[in-house]
Amino acid sequence: MADVVVTGLGATTPLGGDAASTWAGLLAGRSGVGPLTQDWAEQLTVRIAAQLAEEPSLKIDRVQARRMDRAEQIAVIAAREAYADAGLGDDLDRERLGVVVGTGIGGATTMLAQDDILEASGPRKVSPHTVPMLMPNGPAAWVGLTFQAQAGVHCPASACATGAEAIAWGLDMIRSGRADVVLAGGVEAVIHPLPMAGFASMRAMSVRNDEPQRASRPWDAARDGFVLGEGAGVIVLESAEHAAARGARVYAKLAGAGMSSDGYDIVQPHPEGIGAARAIKMAIRDGGLTGADVQHVNAHATSTPVGDIAEINSIRASIGDHPVLTAPKSMLGHLLGAAGAVESIATILSLHEQIIPPTINLENPDEGLTLDVVTGEPRKMQLDAALNNSFGFGGHNVALLFTRA
Amino acid sequence: MTKEEIVAGLAEILEEVAGVNPEDVTEDKSFTDDLDVDSLSMVEVVVAAEEKFGVKIPDDEVQNLKSVGDAATFVLNQQAA
Repeated sequence: MADVVVTGLGATTPLGGDAASTWAGLLAGRSGVGPLTQDWAEQLTVRIAAQLAEEPSLKIDRVQARRMDRAEQIAVIAAREAYADAGLGDDLDRERLGVVVGTGIGGATTMLAQDDILEASGPRKVSPHTVPMLMPNGPAAWVGLTFQAQAGVHCPASACATGAEAIAWGLDMIRSGRADVVLAGGVEAVIHPLPMAGFASMRAMSVRNDEPQRASRPWDAARDGFVLGEGAGVIVLESAEHAAARGARVYAKLAGAGMSSDGYDIVQPHPEGIGAARAIKMAIRDGGLTGADVQHVNAHATSTPVGDIAEINSIRASIGDHPVLTAPKSMLGHLLGAAGAVESIATILSLHEQIIPPTINLENPDEGLTLDVVTGEPRKMQLDAALNNSFGFGGHNVALLFTRA
Repeated sequence: MTKEEIVAGLAEILEEVAGVNPEDVTEDKSFTDDLDVDSLSMVEVVVAAEEKFGVKIPDDEVQNLKSVGDAATFVLNQQAA
């Protein structure tokens, strides 16, 4: 079975328009959360979000941009960066290039905008680009089109586990011999009153409107829900053989993946994190390691009262009490379908640079937090194996095991 | 409205919708063969033209409007009607 390595990184997030600025923001402990100043936000109970640091439509050809949902635009932006970062050129065999780019919600803002047109002006005014803009496979398809990928273009959808699941399927594509190179990741761009109102009605989001930068506070006793964010993360996965043959720089090895489902509740995670623990164990076993080898967990930790502690339980049950944790959502907000991909980039860079970014806003730890979390300054330490966790509404659990190159 | 004004209006629409250089939009040009306007963009052009010129362009008429001149003539006749 082929070894799979990471050779390229691309992102656009609330902390920056590329992977490097996002990583710098994470190391600096900077919050990407701010107030929503749009008129429509006034009526909402939640009026904060982590919006993109750079407007994506300015980075895409104008005519092409008007045929693309925001989620599709950021998919192409992140994929372009990852492809260039990997040093891939025009000579790549397109029949051996695959794409796995997922989204949690897809082109919801297009659907809602076109519904407004339908209601106001009738069906004839609905854009002929509506369907390719709102279809959930649109971001993956646009990435595939941009690079003429012909080994298969896929779009997993597992809510907030999507980005990680996409990377797991990318691993599978290369291991099974269907591709040499895969652009894998996730995207989300649904900062719009309807999704905001829906999450708010679930009481899943923080209502700390007066202190946006302090709203996302994983494991803090005063946490009151997640903060919605938007962004994209795409990485280049490549068979180690293919990467070595072209002398590519390797950031880290994707050693293993674990995926499980809770079979418990459509929204709530299993309180003891049993399904999550199974995914973590699977990833570690898949990578040929044991829990003792895993020094760091880049946690899912969304800042919700139930989920944060369930994850602690699952980490203790599957790995032990030794891993050092961090929660990038304290700074990025929750990027939903992009979260697992952007946070994988952070995990990969932690291994590459031997440093863990801090978790911000963890002022009074919940009594259920029984593991070591990096706070304040980033922590330099030897890292040989690190895990990224992502869990999603629907009971999806994905764990990715990365090891030092 | 003169035919020249209609062609100029179509050029504005084509630039917005399909990125066509307005200078390329002349009566003799075919939408698909010369200006690279694909079928989805053509739908947008028709809807925008209806709005801009205050006319109705029935779907079964669109296939007859092969060139910019065809479209301008059709709009002119509709406006006169």
